[in-house]
Amino acid sequence: MKYFKFLVIGVFFGIILSKAEVISWYRIYEMFKFQSFHMYGIIGSAVLIGILMVQLFKKGIIKDNKGIQIKIPPKKNAFKANLFGGIIFGLGWALVGACPGPMFILLGRGVLAIAIVIIGAVLGAFVYHNIKNKLPN
Amino acid sequence: MIDFILQPWPWYVSGPAIAFVMLLLFYFGKTFGVSSNLETLCTIGGAGRFNSYFNSDWKSNAWNLTFIAGTIIGGFISYQWLSTNEVIALNTQTVQDLSDIGIQNAGQTYLPKEIFSINSILSFKGILILLLGGFLVGFGARYAGGCTSGHAIVGLSNLEKPSLIAVIGFFIGGLIMTWVLIPLIF
Repeated sequence: MKYFKFLVIGVFFGIILSKAEVISWYRIYEMFKFQSFHMYGIIGSAVLIGILMVQLFKKGIIKDNKGIQIKIPPKKNAFKANLFGGIIFGLGWALVGACPGPMFILLGRGVLAIAIVIIGAVLGAFVYHNIKNKLPN
Repeated sequence: MIDFILQPWPWYVSGPAIAFVMLLLFYFGKTFGVSSNLETLCTIGGAGRFNSYFNSDWKSNAWNLTFIAGTIIGGFISYQWLSTNEVIALNTQTVQDLSDIGIQNAGQTYLPKEIFSINSILSFKGILILLLGGFLVGFGARYAGGCTSGHAIVGLSNLEKPSLIAVIGFFIGGLIMTWVLIPLIF
């Protein structure tokens, strides 16, 4: 049961994104049309608080549950991969209106069609790892 | 209180709540990132037979699969008990724009029936859109090294350049799809 806490955090996350309407296709469309502040407010305030949080990690004011300093694993620095991968991701995000988190939340809300999207996403990850050596990095 | 929970949550509640989720995961020694689960699902599905990359020990990511299982439950709970309806207060211009390209009743539910209804998953075009959209998300997220959670939330919070580039990419792709391709597809 050592993973139970992650289940609870996941439940919490699923409720937040549902109530925030982040899982709505329309909210994503509206964001890319620059017709609402809603999504920008959510991501912006999360990041702003996140930046402050990371500073508290670095100063050792917030530590993890074992009392050890929290270190964030750095992201792979690969300009082309970050950019091209990002563009491909964005095309899909705007088309189905769901990034990976919301896909699973929508499944829980009984949206049958999202199962096809999830199958597509797993296939996408699989195909990426089979051709990654041929892609610009 | 219960009235507040039943209403849609404003951005200034939702954004900080997401940051709190990130904090909780860090506190328990983990890093927030949903799209790596797609690879774990490949591993569990037996993808290691085709590519040794997927022969990794998926149990090290079991915490994250548990997190995902939680989000499914969270979606169910919010759908069953924490909403009175699914009406979204969209910009009226958005509703008009969508009507112009053939997507009607925008904002009356969370999802457009033109994409997510049973009828659309029974049509070739409908399945293709869902499968392709998912494929692009999964492929792009792993190529970029993360999705909205790993790059846009955690990476930007840590002021990472790769994450900034990835998020710029998310927007280039999203803008092309929304402004150019979606009007052609529907």
